[in-house]
Amino acid sequence: MSNPSSISNSVIRIAGNSQDGIQSVGTMLARIAGRIDMDVMTFMTIPSTISGGPSIFQVHMGTASVLTPGDMADVLVAFYQHSYENHLESLRDGGVLIYDDAHVEPDLDKLRQRRITPVAVPMTSLTVETVGGTGKQKGKNIFLLGLLTRVYRLDYDKVKALVKEQFRSKDESVVRNNLLALEAGYAYQVGDIGSFFHFDIPAGSDVTNVTMTGNQALAFGAIAGGIRFGAGYPITPWTEVMEILRRELPRYGGSFLQTEDELAAIAAAIGAAYGGVPALTGTSGPGLSLKTEALGFAVMAEIPLVIIDVQRGGPSTGLPTNVEQSDLSISLSGSHGDAPRVVLAAANVEDCFYIMIEAARIARRFSVPVIVLSDQALATRLEAFSYPDFEAVVEESALDLAARKSHKPYPLDAPTHHAPPGTRVVDDRYPTITGLEHDEYGNPSGNPQMHVKMTRRRSEKIRRLAAELPSPEIYGATNATTLLVGWGSTRGVIRAAVDQSLASGEPLASVHLRHLNPLPPGLAEIFAAYDNVLVVELNEGGVNGCGQLGRLLRSETCLPQIQGVTKTDGLTFRVSEVLQRVRETLDVSSGSAKKPAKI
Amino acid sequence: MKTSTDTAPEINSPEEPLKREALKADNPTWCPGCGDFGVLAMYQKFLVDRNYPQEKIATLSGIGCSSRFPYFINTHSVHFIHGRIIPFATGLSLTRPDLFPFVIIGDGDAFSIGGNHLNHAARKNVNLNVIILNNQVYGLTKKQTSPTSPVGFRSKTDPWGSRITPVNPARQIIGSGATFFARTSAANPKHLTRMLERMAAHEGFSVLEVLSECIQFYKGAFNGASDSKGGEFVEVGDGHNVESESEAFVLAERPFPGVFGVFYDVRRDTLNEMEEANTREVPAPDKALTTVEKLRESFNRLT
Repeated sequence: MSNPSSISNSVIRIAGNSQDGIQSVGTMLARIAGRIDMDVMTFMTIPSTISGGPSIFQVHMGTASVLTPGDMADVLVAFYQHSYENHLESLRDGGVLIYDDAHVEPDLDKLRQRRITPVAVPMTSLTVETVGGTGKQKGKNIFLLGLLTRVYRLDYDKVKALVKEQFRSKDESVVRNNLLALEAGYAYQVGDIGSFFHFDIPAGSDVTNVTMTGNQALAFGAIAGGIRFGAGYPITPWTEVMEILRRELPRYGGSFLQTEDELAAIAAAIGAAYGGVPALTGTSGPGLSLKTEALGFAVMAEIPLVIIDVQRGGPSTGLPTNVEQSDLSISLSGSHGDAPRVVLAAANVEDCFYIMIEAARIARRFSVPVIVLSDQALATRLEAFSYPDFEAVVEESALDLAARKSHKPYPLDAPTHHAPPGTRVVDDRYPTITGLEHDEYGNPSGNPQMHVKMTRRRSEKIRRLAAELPSPEIYGATNATTLLVGWGSTRGVIRAAVDQSLASGEPLASVHLRHLNPLPPGLAEIFAAYDNVLVVELNEGGVNGCGQLGRLLRSETCLPQIQGVTKTDGLTFRVSEVLQRVRETLDVSSGSAKKPAKI
Repeated sequence: MKTSTDTAPEINSPEEPLKREALKADNPTWCPGCGDFGVLAMYQKFLVDRNYPQEKIATLSGIGCSSRFPYFINTHSVHFIHGRIIPFATGLSLTRPDLFPFVIIGDGDAFSIGGNHLNHAARKNVNLNVIILNNQVYGLTKKQTSPTSPVGFRSKTDPWGSRITPVNPARQIIGSGATFFARTSAANPKHLTRMLERMAAHEGFSVLEVLSECIQFYKGAFNGASDSKGGEFVEVGDGHNVESESEAFVLAERPFPGVFGVFYDVRRDTLNEMEEANTREVPAPDKALTTVEKLRESFNRLT
């Protein structure tokens, strides 16, 4: 490294087998970063088998902002020969390879050519020596944590405290052994690389951030948003959210029901919401397909409901442990008939928390189902973020059973404000909540004009919400001629691409959409100012190259400069990949006879 | 009613008893002579007899002729989608123990499109009353074979006569783990009333099968169970042990039109009680915290 004194960001990739505790050491690194006010984002691969197998955990930490889990690693830790062979390509030229010399024999010539510094560490033997032979290789990961603490000059006491916390529920000997392994790793003489990486941590950065995954943030956001009932069926990668809610909701006087199938899950959530208890259901791809009929009922009967979809890849069973943003179309319009609903998408882990509060609020205010989109990458990655101002954001909703003199569940001249069962209706009939087209009382109505009015009434609330939304902010260069548009979990990588472009001859700008239905106001005006509007998303480009959002934006704005930058390999975008694909797309369009006309 | 004593809802004060008149809503659109009229009348009488607070009754239905109940009775009511009213009612029952929900569905909802839900709600012993109006035919869609249509029944989907073994409601429901099953007929209002009472007195998942004739598409289906139409309405004998599953299965195997009365009635922890236990087991220090404090504590574990 040319400048060994200090760094702002570093990417560490730990490669081994899942049973080596890679995930646990990676998570602890991320937590340490969170505890010293550093930014952090992680990325992991899950072996497709239950019994484990090759696995990686990548941690990008920094004192500067961290928008992605990192394209290339600065440090690669290889536990085995296969780890080394499969991941050397992800180590940047000039990086550091730390390997267990009991299992890895690197090609030193090749490393020299790429200016990679090899560091052989007898991780297995030193761990066994320190901890004793009984635990075999257990503790190797904690040895590594000690070693990385030394390499990055992290606060040893804080790391030690975290290790103690991590094993507090275990036997005392487990804690002792792990602390011994940590100490041995920390004491290991790392030689030259000790001066390669040093984070310049500003004095007084004792601010502690919270570090969690997108799934955890969704679950706690739901509770903060006032949701007190949930129902779901296990499906990857949504399952973790329901596990957390099942455990946590009783603490808040609520409950979570594991149902026999996806249909029952949404029906039970609608039942609870009908009872006046803020409710959610959630799922991943295939489950959303199953829920769409009942979703239509929630639209028709105007039931407040939050539906989480943690997207995975492909149609049908598809790619259960990969990422895609291909459930946008079904979220926007799945279900028969005109069934307007609200669709939101979380931009990062922190946003998973806040978007649930927003979703619950919109559902309540407008008596409408709200779909919240996350995805597999967001679900499983760790990010550190500031503690929320809980007092300001937490919503508690009390059951309102105050008697009403008269009551129309579907008044033509006012928004729906349901009277949950238990509400006494003094001088009027009791409401029927129905999926049949109905009049203001919920009586079935085949009157053509009534259907016109009620259909309009249901779509009108989406328009009312749209009018309240802020116009999206533009990120990046003010003189850009190309605008990148993204939605969901890609905000970080798109912004990182924009940041990198600023130094180039072709600076970029970006806007990011959290509200997909309704779209925020002002998009057509924003887009019209750019020669090229490239919609970056993880789904199939189809006939005209536009993905699911791209097609929507084209049809909404009729602007021909909207094009798609899409992919379907089941992996997240890397920054370099976005920039390369943007360049390719622009080259193709400038090579065409005529540039798209501005409107 | 069927909630544990600490959450048992209060019944109307004696000064203002529930009146039959108050429960009247739209005139039913059923065909004249439909068995469902009798069930509606006895349901209203039963609600009045029990003197439930009107605002706490919820009439919940799926799709079909019998599932039009919600429009014909003045209570809080829901006309949900086909097949899913049992899980809907489960969500309501778990979150609102102060209510008196009654699910009223037909044989299509119960045994065909919603069959899976019936089995699981029975197994979980959700605290819920389910009244199944069995007419052995799809009536609203005008005479197709239903899951309870007998072999030989000629419908528009089986013009040569159905060859498929029908569902045996008692056997299926008891086999799924329901803690209460009774059988009655719309043509026998007194018996129907008694069965509604027994159902309501049971704590847990209770199913009442009511044979209700479809005058239009399966006329005479239940003549065999009618004393006035050449058949015989045979009641479950005094010697029957309602706590014996094997005796209940013996009754279930009786050839059509079978016997009428309570087949099975046992007490087992309800899903509601089990879920309440989860809430009760929240540690005491936790209970004293506000939502904000609890969330902050959870976040402290995630640093």
